[in-house]
This record gives sequence, structure tokens and C-alpha cells, in this order.
Amino acid sequence: MADFEPKITAFVCTWCTYAGADLTGTSRIKYASNVRVLRVPCTGRIDFMYVLQAFAQGADGIIVSGCHPADCHYTSGNLHARRRWVVFRKLLDFVGVDTRRIHFAWVSAAEGAKWADLVNSVVASVRELGPYDEYRQAIPSHIRPGGVAA
Amino acid sequence: MSALHDAARGILESGAAAVVIGHGEGTATGARPLFVRDPAKAGELVFDERCVHNLAVYLLKPEVKALGRAALVGQPPTLRSVLQLAAEQQLKEGDVILLLPEPDGGVRQVESFADIERAVSEADAQLSPEERACLDEVAALPREERWRFWQQEFTRCLKCYACRAACPLCYCTQCIVDVNQPQWIPVPPHPLGNMDWHVVRAMHLAGRCIGCGACARACPVDIPLNLLNQVIEEEIAGQFDARAGLSASASYALSTFTTGDKDTFIR
Repeated sequence: MADFEPKITAFVCTWCTYAGADLTGTSRIKYASNVRVLRVPCTGRIDFMYVLQAFAQGADGIIVSGCHPADCHYTSGNLHARRRWVVFRKLLDFVGVDTRRIHFAWVSAAEGAKWADLVNSVVASVRELGPYDEYRQAIPSHIRPGGVAA
Repeated sequence: MSALHDAARGILESGAAAVVIGHGEGTATGARPLFVRDPAKAGELVFDERCVHNLAVYLLKPEVKALGRAALVGQPPTLRSVLQLAAEQQLKEGDVILLLPEPDGGVRQVESFADIERAVSEADAQLSPEERACLDEVAALPREERWRFWQQEFTRCLKCYACRAACPLCYCTQCIVDVNQPQWIPVPPHPLGNMDWHVVRAMHLAGRCIGCGACARACPVDIPLNLLNQVIEEEIAGQFDARAGLSASASYALSTFTTGDKDTFIR
């Protein structure tokens, strides 16, 4: 547990947060390397199944991030996504999924420093929560993706 | 009962509808859906407290559509289903006749969506007191126990998809669970994959579920599925002030937005 390194999956929109994360790098800002960034066209493109799949495949925490409201490349994709997350969070909470492991954020292409802060704080909070084995233990071990230790 | 028989016979004889979908005696003590196409058989229709099926589920089936215009023996959930299907452009004005048995034994015939909207404003889809108690109890559990509760429920799931078949709003010709590239819902029957299915089903009905509870009644292993839908519908009603199945022209709550939607959970 002491040397537990959380795996964080980040679903980010290509226009804002992906560019923002790029800026973090070009600005030489160091941040936790626990995050795997997956680029999608828009937060509105993020199917809620991505979240469940990520947990099942070994993620301990999830970041979903895109453009600030009124800043969407597709005008309103992020606002549609926001509604969906309100509903999805409620449902996940009701079925007992640990919603403290799912983090939503708006990070613009100019907010390289915010991205670093976001990742660092998510990694710290998930490290505190420990690995999300409770979720993956519901899969029989012989077919568990990646053979996650139980 | 005879008023229902007369109404059904009249509709079939006049040719106003080609089939009356109602309830008939089952093989044991229950009632089952009954399709009446011959006016002489209108007398086989029954209507009592055993008639709980949401018959609107048949309206979009190709086999039923092929019969011609349908008349449905309706109850409040059936009416709400019809309105929601109309709002989703699945039914046109005049596609269906509704026969509403009244408490005094009479039958009211409703056809236009405007009349259906007036009929549902009084009748609301509510959970039964037992279901409400179960929902409140589960919602009040600590998170870990809620997880265990649902995992135990989902462990029993057979993936028979009766919940999907019984739902009038589950009308996709190809369902996400029937797709295997990509395979979103795991094939092996473990509780997590079963949960994936039930989360998908609930989310795909979010803002559309009219709360008839047909999914939970259809479930052969008694998983209280409709609670998942109910939690979502209550959240949507509370956050976005939208309710499914009250209007034939309502917009879908999750395909619209306001700039003031809740975002306290977003950093």
C-alpha cells in the first residue's frame, strides 16, 4: 500500500484540455506521471461507458476534462456533457461506485498550470483512497483484465 | 367489462383499427396480453387488477405494425408511454386509439395527443410504497453497503434482457448489448458485467423513462431495476425540471442544456 502508485485515466477534449496539457509540457511544469491521457474530439463525445471500462481495465481514478462553458469548439458539446454527467454521477453513486474517484474539470488551452495542479491533486486524493480493487473484484480472477491482483 | 367489449367490437367492425391490444385470461390465474382482430372475439378481453402489462411495448414491433392501426386498452403508464413515443417521433397523431376503462365500468376512447395529454395530467407514475421504501433505504446506506447491495442483486441477473423486451421505450433495432465490435457489455455473466448492462439500460432511458415499472415486473429474478430509472428521473426532474411522458412535444432533457445547469462538481 505504501508504494501504491495510482493509475489515472484522463479523457480530455482535443481543443482545450489536450492543448492545455501540451502547454504544461512546453512550459516545463513537472507533474505526476500517473496519468494516461486519452484524447477525444469533445467532452460531448465521451460515452459514459468509457468510465466503466476504464475502472474495469485497471484505472484507480478518472479525470474528465474539456473546454470551459461558452468555450466549446462545437458551441455546446461541453454543456450537453455536463447534463449527462449530472445524471451519470447520480446513478453511479446510487449503485455504489466510488464517485470520489471520478473528477470533472474545465481546463482551457491556456491553463497549463491548472492541468498540472489538477493531476497532482487527483493523484494525491486517489493515492489516499488506495487501489480500486473493490470494483475489479466483481470480475472473476481468471478473466480479469490485466490480471489485476485481488 | 361489457362496455370494453362493445367498444372493442365497434372499433374492429367499423375498421377504425385492425387490432385491439388488451388483456385476456392467462393459462393459470394471471392475465396476459391479448390481440383481438376478430370482432366476435372481443368478449375475450378482461380488465382487472391483474392487467399490469404496459401494452404500449407492442406498438413499434414490426409484426404488430404490419397488422394495421392498433387500439390499446390503456392505463396511465400506457398513455405516458404513447406520449413519450410521440415526443420521440415514433408515433404520429392518429397512429393509435386508446381505450381507457373508467372506474364506473365505462370506457373512454381517446385518439388525439392533446386528449391524451389531458388524461395524463391527473395520473402520475409513482413508485409503490414498498418500492419507495426500498429506494430510500438503499439511498441511505453507506456507499460500500450500497455497492454490496447492488452487486448481490446483479449477481442474480441472467442477462435474459426481459427488462429490455418489456420496456416500451427500448425500441432500438440494434441494442448496444447485441453489438460485439466494440464489446461494451462483457459476455461472461459476472456481477460487474451485469452492472454494466443495467447502468447502460438506465442511462439510455435517462430522461425518457415514464416509470411504469414493467422492467422490474418482467425480471425473472426480481431485481428492482426500476429504482435505477427512478433515481435518474428524480434527479432530472429536480435539476432540469423535465419529466418524460407528459407531453407529445417535449424535448429530450439530455439533448438540451441551460447555461445555469449544476456544475458544482466540476473544477
